[in-house]
Amino acid sequence: MSENILEVSNLRKYFDSSGGLIGRKRHTVKAVDGVDLTVAKGETVGLVGESGCGKTTVGRTILKLYEPTAGSIIFEGQDITKYSSSKMKPLRAQMQMIFQDPYSSLNPRHTVGDIVAASFKIHKVTPEGGVKKAVQGLLERVGLNPEHINRFPHEFSGGQRQRIGIARAIALRPKLIIADEPVSALDVSIQAQVVNLLDDLQSEFGLSYLIVAHDLSVVQHISDRVVVMYLGKVMEMASTEELFKSPHHPYTKALLSAVPIPDPTIERTRERITLVGDLPSPANPPSGCVFNTRCWKAQDICRNSVPAQRTVGSSTVACHFPE
Amino acid sequence: MSHLLEVKNLSVAFPTEDGLVQATDDLSFHVDLGETLAIVGESGSGKSVSSMAIMGLHNPKTTKISGQVLISSLGHSTDVVTASSEEVRRLRGGTVSMIFQDPMSALHPYFTIGNQIAEAWLLHNDGTKDDARKKAIEMLDLVGISDAKNRVDSYPHQFSGGMRQRVMIAMALVNHPKILIADEPTTALDVTVQAQILKLLKDMQREFNMAVILITHDLGVVAEVADRINVMYAGRLVEEGPVNEIYKNPVHPYTIGLLASVPRVDQAHGTRLKTIPGQPPSLISLPGGCAFEPRCEFAKFVPDNRCKTTRPEVQEKLTGHLARCHLSASQVLEVKARQ
Repeated sequence: MSENILEVSNLRKYFDSSGGLIGRKRHTVKAVDGVDLTVAKGETVGLVGESGCGKTTVGRTILKLYEPTAGSIIFEGQDITKYSSSKMKPLRAQMQMIFQDPYSSLNPRHTVGDIVAASFKIHKVTPEGGVKKAVQGLLERVGLNPEHINRFPHEFSGGQRQRIGIARAIALRPKLIIADEPVSALDVSIQAQVVNLLDDLQSEFGLSYLIVAHDLSVVQHISDRVVVMYLGKVMEMASTEELFKSPHHPYTKALLSAVPIPDPTIERTRERITLVGDLPSPANPPSGCVFNTRCWKAQDICRNSVPAQRTVGSSTVACHFPE
Repeated sequence: MSHLLEVKNLSVAFPTEDGLVQATDDLSFHVDLGETLAIVGESGSGKSVSSMAIMGLHNPKTTKISGQVLISSLGHSTDVVTASSEEVRRLRGGTVSMIFQDPMSALHPYFTIGNQIAEAWLLHNDGTKDDARKKAIEMLDLVGISDAKNRVDSYPHQFSGGMRQRVMIAMALVNHPKILIADEPTTALDVTVQAQILKLLKDMQREFNMAVILITHDLGVVAEVADRINVMYAGRLVEEGPVNEIYKNPVHPYTIGLLASVPRVDQAHGTRLKTIPGQPPSLISLPGGCAFEPRCEFAKFVPDNRCKTTRPEVQEKLTGHLARCHLSASQVLEVKARQ
């Protein structure tokens, strides 16, 4: 495996919340509780899990949009965990973000040209041939009409807006892009266009991606490796092929079996694991293995001791009884 | 024999400042007792607008509706489009019931869930408040909410997304409807919870022997639960048939493109996704011919530019399998094989 562009170890992010008007009851939500992950140069890593598992918080903490509670974030060999925002600024040109909602992530009062050119302005970069030419080139690259540079976001459809967000993210030729649910707000036929665009840009610019998503079929399609999270912890980490072929963690197994396959013959004959209950509250996670309350294999040890990460085949699994 | 629900040539349009938005156009379909019909399409294809027409929820002052929505109940057929609001109110929540995508905004935050289920029952039944409360507990129990006796006094915010959707289902079924319309019932839910809710819907359908109309954009969900499918595009029905038939032999170019563009967990990793070029047309200025023509890769095989000039009608292409396309099923398959 080639050099890692991003190394995250034991990352923790706790949010304190005070209950009630006078803040008597303080409790801590452990949104991210000891996450290790790496992204190699040119690699796409998918970070999956259900709502509330902490996947978005991981993405945002890596970009230092949230201050990490503990752990370390190493980007291109530099430990950025303790960097101040002024020290982060030059690095931000190299690590960019694509957001889920193409409606709220673009300023409605700015033209598309202003939105994409903002990166150049903030980082005081003058691209070759001038800003306007560069912006038009970017718009064209992501499949938009470069003549639409003076239009406003509301004049575009959801898929086109997501392309604007992508143009903004690649403007400064970053090395790492963290994309938080980049296609989940889009219709199926448009989703495929954007997925292919991300694919093309990766090979063209040698980008590394960390894709945060809940849709396993999309993640399976674009990722080289997949990290599965549940209640702030990593349950399983494996190459995409391995993870989808032979999941070792019971949660991964249940998650995969819950994804419907668009083929009635397969869909109606395959075996399915239906998990009981809902995700426990991250403010009050179960003791031991966080998945034990919904796991069909759970025994006393699962309720009492937190399973360590172990290697099964080529995967890393946090389970006392891996499959 | 007449169908339980029959929609005939339904057109719904909204006059706006920019022009007339033709949300559904000449839509016809039917549903019978015990079957699940899935209405599939992307945003703006008219799925929700047609379900609201079935429920009689469009405001006649701001909406132009033509066509018929016939619901037969107790040997008597009512046309929702022309019926009085009193008649429609009797059907709504009684014979026809609906569950929505977002259970949080569909439930009233100020009232307990028991209260809301009881209200739905009292609207259609003679009984005391105590009877209604008992009925609410019975329904909550049925949809798998444990400790229903105590949970009946909870407020919606005390429940998780999946449990709220169970409450919605309990409320929709309290009057034993014949038709249940489920508008994106699992879109807001996580996959593991989605699997639970889909199973519950199937169990309830068996228990109450209802027709279910499932409105969704998720082709995986459709494959799991539907008997028949309507595929909609730009307010028009483009293909209709039994679920296996549509997934195996789609004959409308849009359906073919849609099925090919869905990533699948059971497919080899790293293959490139097929896409449908372009984007759906504006419903204000629909193309004169086929609405899908600007994005269609098959249109060039139709002589004389007919896709641009003439609007195709819905035709039976294979047995029980309808599509709105100028090409015949064998022509489509021939072109597909060549690609």
